[in-house]
Amino acid sequence: MHIVVCVKQVPNTTQVRINPETNTLVRDGVESILNPFDENALEMALQLKEKHPGTKVTVLTMGPPQAAEVLKEAVGRGADAVVLLCDRAFAGSDTWATSYALSTAIRKMEPADLVLFGKQAIDGDTAQVGPGVADWLGIPCVAYARKIEVADGKAVVERNFEDGYEKLDVALPCALTVLKEANVPRMASLRGKMAAKKLVIAPMTAEAVGADPAKLGLNASPTRVVKIFSPPPKTGGVKWQGEEPAVLAQRLADLLRERKLI
Amino acid sequence: MGLKIDLDLCTGCGACVAVCPFCALAQRAADGKVEVNEACTACGACLETCPVGALSMEVAEKKADAAALDAFRGLWVFAEQRGGKVQEVAYELLGEGRVLADKLGVELCAVLLGHQIGNCAATLFEHGADKVYVVDHPALEKYTAEPYSEAMSALIKKYKPEVVLAGATSMGRGFIARVAIQVNAGLTADCTELGVDVDKRLLLQTRPAFGGNIMACIVCPDHRPQMATVRPKVFKQPAPTAGRTGQLVAEKLDLKDPVVKVLETVNAMQNEVNVAGAEFIVTGGRGVGGPENFKLLAELAEALGGAAIGASRAAVDAGWISSFHQVGQTGKTVRPKIYVACGVSGQIQHLVGMNSSDTIIAINKDPDAPIFGVADVGIVGDLFQVVPELVKALKK
Amino acid sequence: MSELNYGLSELALEIRAMVREFAESRVKPVRAELDETGHFPTEILRELGKMDLMGLYIPAEYGGTFEGDSMPNLIAVEELSRICIGVSVSFAANGLGADPILIGASDEQKKKFLPPLASGEKWAAYALTEPNAGSDAGSIRTTAVKKGDKYVLNGTKQWITNGGEADIYTVFAVTDKNRGARGVSCFIVEKGTPGFKFGKKENKLGIRASATRELIFEDCEVPAANLIGREGTGFIWAMKTFDVSRPGIAAQAVGLAQGALDEAVLYAKVREQFGKPIIANQGLSWMLADMATKVETARALTYATVQSIDRGAKDYSKFSAMCKVYASDVAMQVTTDAVQVFGGYGYMKEYPVEKMMRDAKILQIYEGTNQIQRDIIGLALNKEYGAVAKK
Repeated sequence: MHIVVCVKQVPNTTQVRINPETNTLVRDGVESILNPFDENALEMALQLKEKHPGTKVTVLTMGPPQAAEVLKEAVGRGADAVVLLCDRAFAGSDTWATSYALSTAIRKMEPADLVLFGKQAIDGDTAQVGPGVADWLGIPCVAYARKIEVADGKAVVERNFEDGYEKLDVALPCALTVLKEANVPRMASLRGKMAAKKLVIAPMTAEAVGADPAKLGLNASPTRVVKIFSPPPKTGGVKWQGEEPAVLAQRLADLLRERKLI
Repeated sequence: MGLKIDLDLCTGCGACVAVCPFCALAQRAADGKVEVNEACTACGACLETCPVGALSMEVAEKKADAAALDAFRGLWVFAEQRGGKVQEVAYELLGEGRVLADKLGVELCAVLLGHQIGNCAATLFEHGADKVYVVDHPALEKYTAEPYSEAMSALIKKYKPEVVLAGATSMGRGFIARVAIQVNAGLTADCTELGVDVDKRLLLQTRPAFGGNIMACIVCPDHRPQMATVRPKVFKQPAPTAGRTGQLVAEKLDLKDPVVKVLETVNAMQNEVNVAGAEFIVTGGRGVGGPENFKLLAELAEALGGAAIGASRAAVDAGWISSFHQVGQTGKTVRPKIYVACGVSGQIQHLVGMNSSDTIIAINKDPDAPIFGVADVGIVGDLFQVVPELVKALKK
Repeated sequence: MSELNYGLSELALEIRAMVREFAESRVKPVRAELDETGHFPTEILRELGKMDLMGLYIPAEYGGTFEGDSMPNLIAVEELSRICIGVSVSFAANGLGADPILIGASDEQKKKFLPPLASGEKWAAYALTEPNAGSDAGSIRTTAVKKGDKYVLNGTKQWITNGGEADIYTVFAVTDKNRGARGVSCFIVEKGTPGFKFGKKENKLGIRASATRELIFEDCEVPAANLIGREGTGFIWAMKTFDVSRPGIAAQAVGLAQGALDEAVLYAKVREQFGKPIIANQGLSWMLADMATKVETARALTYATVQSIDRGAKDYSKFSAMCKVYASDVAMQVTTDAVQVFGGYGYMKEYPVEKMMRDAKILQIYEGTNQIQRDIIGLALNKEYGAVAKK
């Protein structure tokens, strides 16, 4: 079995803070990490590899040269091969263009039986790239998967809904986006880390994967970010007292609605 | 195209590097001047920060065929139904969709996919739809992404809507991304605010990114339809108008058999919401006074749209509630969007478990309770008076 | 955080980072529960095996990663101990169990028994102590009688760390009653051998996650091929094992003391009384200063001992004893002081320091009580200065 895991290097958004004076992002000291949900996708692949000997796990990412770091992390945990898709032509890609680019790289590989994604990336939070890649590849996709068992060329997958889950029968090849609850990601092994250190990752360009230039990057992306702004800063520490409970309660309800918290 | 840096002007001050939300700018080791890397999304957040005007955004003005774009009219809402029951998010979208459709001067349509789904359409009319497209097909009986996207794409290609909205639910997010590829459209995920630019006929889609640290406003200038998924509970459900009706379009489609088969559906989460990972938490502390009073908190939890119930160590140790609910040093660490602490004094061991919540609301009789030190909004008062009032105010 | 430069290798630094992250993410969240329930950290050890960390002390030819530098293994023990020595002793006891094999076994025996230990697939335990043979290890009563190509073992071992959990046991038994310590031999006994049973798990003051059990041998037949070295060499393997394993106990002590110091300083910075953090009180900050100084001194002595052994030191029993006795006394003092810094909270199970204090006590007891260690140091002094006096 050949499993492709698509991963993304993301800033650790839990470390990001807003400077209250300038109302801009404070990014100092924020590390770049392997997207946490992608760790679950990788772990799912590695567990399948342990159960099904002869399975090959290829990890694919698209990003700047530094994104090689997340591929090394994947090798440390047991990935067999990695592909870094890196080209200025990809810059500014939205989910439409990103999913196209990733699909071209997957087509270049030996045929994949499973293509796994994390549920979503913590920087963009779109959850659109997994289903998008599946569509470009023309394979089924099950989003929000929490469990998989593979036998006889097909998979039985459990996927979550808001209030429950469904058990699905899926023919391979297929794509899944994987939930955090699917597993506990392993940590890199010593030998894996040593192998990763020695690894030289040659970036693959758009041309090398045979991507259509008209479908790449900012120009091919249907969506445009027109404005980035910080959410209204936390007012913080207000304390209301000395008024009727009904008045205070109403004020609180209004505030929550105004801030779109409910 | 994309961000251009005039290296002759760049002084290497680094101001732009610090504001880039995507870590796409870096100073060159050699001379400190700024370079842009592949992570750039052309968001433009850096442009204004440059004191010398070295940054500019170059976007190839695609001459989109205006006539082709004009062929798209109408605002569509994907009416998610499960087991023949229209999901609340569909009504919420109809409510907001009505406002946007009126501004654009177009009709509001709902799309209903399923098999033998009875009179779902009627409730959609009552909630504001002018037209309901129904595809009733055995392949759509159980939701799987492939036939759903195939049906939706076929409808879009045939009827050319200008805007398509779906709930940012498991289902909505699971299949709409395929539709966007199939109809070559832009798609914005998980929006929390929508607006329209009537002149340019653009849907203004605002959404949080970066773990909620920034908001991005996104448009889709040259592609139609403009598609977005919208976070549930952002918009209010409109009051239904009994007897309101509209045009029903029953569309016959020839759909492929589903490649994914649903073997079993389990509604496993009918019981209470787990505090770990909950978006809303209502926590009771010593001030709650007894196990029976947690009912009051449950009412508040329900008024917030299904919050989890948390408890301080004091409440757990008193035997009022199981340790499953405990938040703090020895309990769970949580990071909900809203954390309402009722009668919780705010011992250190409690604070470490919840102080990174997005918004903390504290209700406590003691004005000097340490919980007020971390609360965004503190209400000094008796929780037995404030909470019932709050439930009322939230239900209005 | 500032640190002394102990000249650690790249590998040792890598191991430190790996195990630190592992201990924080995998051990810390469950240590209180393991302490409360006394459950053995099976999953944690399995995962350490998968991460190639169970073979740090085993040479590459037998499946491990040891290349002459003992620091990576020592530091792995220290870092686990920083979070929980109940877990770290379960980890380190594998090395203790394997040491007689590493020191005294034939190449054939090593090839058979070490690779599964290195991969973490199997675990080991060291079985010397008996009800009537604690510090006086020479007085063991378990017997091994040769019968054809087998030895028949009879007797009981007591308080065996990893007992019942481990797969491979190095068991000391008397093969010649008349020769005292020189009549002791060491055998490799595998779990599942007929006649080899386990007693119940002991209920302990500390290191409650670790498994401590009796081993019961009733006409247990062990292949003669499992005898380590020749008959009568067992006591040599036992003592040589202690010489190299005692710094491991010291590493546990250093880690534990460091963990308690970390907790105490962080708490003293956030806990406010009389309107200021308690660390702003000189009495308390001096207490923390003494704790920190002791921890670093213990670490320096421990590292220096191990590095000397790696560099080929011949006579190191004295230094092994010194680092064990010093570091474990420091661990007891520092954990007790950490509870004091926390005040009433420190006495409560909500905070980790009371567990650390309970855990610390064993370090002064096992692998030779601290009184025995001082005996060893005293004996060495007597001997060494005797030689000087003769000159």
